[in-house]
Amino acid sequence: MGGFAPVDGLVGGILIGVSATLLMLFEGRIAGISGIVGGLLRPLGWRGGWRAAFVAGLLAGGVIYEVFGGGMRVQLQASVPAMVVAGLLVGFGTRLGSGCTSGHGVCGMARLSRRSICATLVFMVVAMITVFVTRHVL
Amino acid sequence: MRNLAVFLSGLVFGLGLAVSGMTNPARVIGFLDVAGRWNPTLAFVMGGAVIVTFFAFRLTIRRGRPVFAQSFELPEKKAIDGRLIGGAAVFGIGWGIGGFCPGPAVVALVSGVWPVFTFVAAMLAGMALHAILFEGEGSSRRETFQVRGRFRERS
Repeated sequence: MGGFAPVDGLVGGILIGVSATLLMLFEGRIAGISGIVGGLLRPLGWRGGWRAAFVAGLLAGGVIYEVFGGGMRVQLQASVPAMVVAGLLVGFGTRLGSGCTSGHGVCGMARLSRRSICATLVFMVVAMITVFVTRHVL
Repeated sequence: MRNLAVFLSGLVFGLGLAVSGMTNPARVIGFLDVAGRWNPTLAFVMGGAVIVTFFAFRLTIRRGRPVFAQSFELPEKKAIDGRLIGGAAVFGIGWGIGGFCPGPAVVALVSGVWPVFTFVAAMLAGMALHAILFEGEGSSRRETFQVRGRFRERS
């Protein structure tokens, strides 16, 4: 079910916006998943308490969706070796670029941050070119 | 209490990603595949999230301080530099190949589909590599700044 689902998308998006607001309200932090997950891996000065709580919450959200009959579909679009390469690039790139779809794409754009708007445009366009090349050229 | 509140915020985020179907790479790649059978769902996810956050962040930051912390920690860097662009581009390539960005990948672990674990392990390795190269002693990049009652970046 990779199909068009505007209502699911909008409801999910509103939940993401509510979540980002809750984290800002409670902890005063940007809900950037790459920053939160990456912060758990810092070699020095591990202060991961709230980050671990947030990641545990992410997983719990998935579990609750499944328990209430969501039926999560995960249709992989690449081979396992390609997923390893993709994972490395996503992990390294999001840390180098200080954010991903959540930190830059949602929170940063909502703050009208020029850096975030710029980063979002770059990763969107590059991802579209990548898909074009892998699907229609190679 | 504090970590319970953060856990709740994470839970709503995870639920949002699952409900929107962003945990399914087929739907994400469907959005990125503008030359194929384009699936605009992701635009509704981001649109909904950005609109809610735009207004709610304003109201929240106007409070002056968060409920459990001393101050709001907002990114202060303003420079559009090589790291930002290069990092975003590298991320874009990985996102285009796999159809996973960090949040959905973590939530998709719940599905038990084993290549998702492979992806997340590789993602953590990529993050660790960055930490080893750029976040060692003496190069701590301070990117947030404590602010009170300020929503937009100073420019």
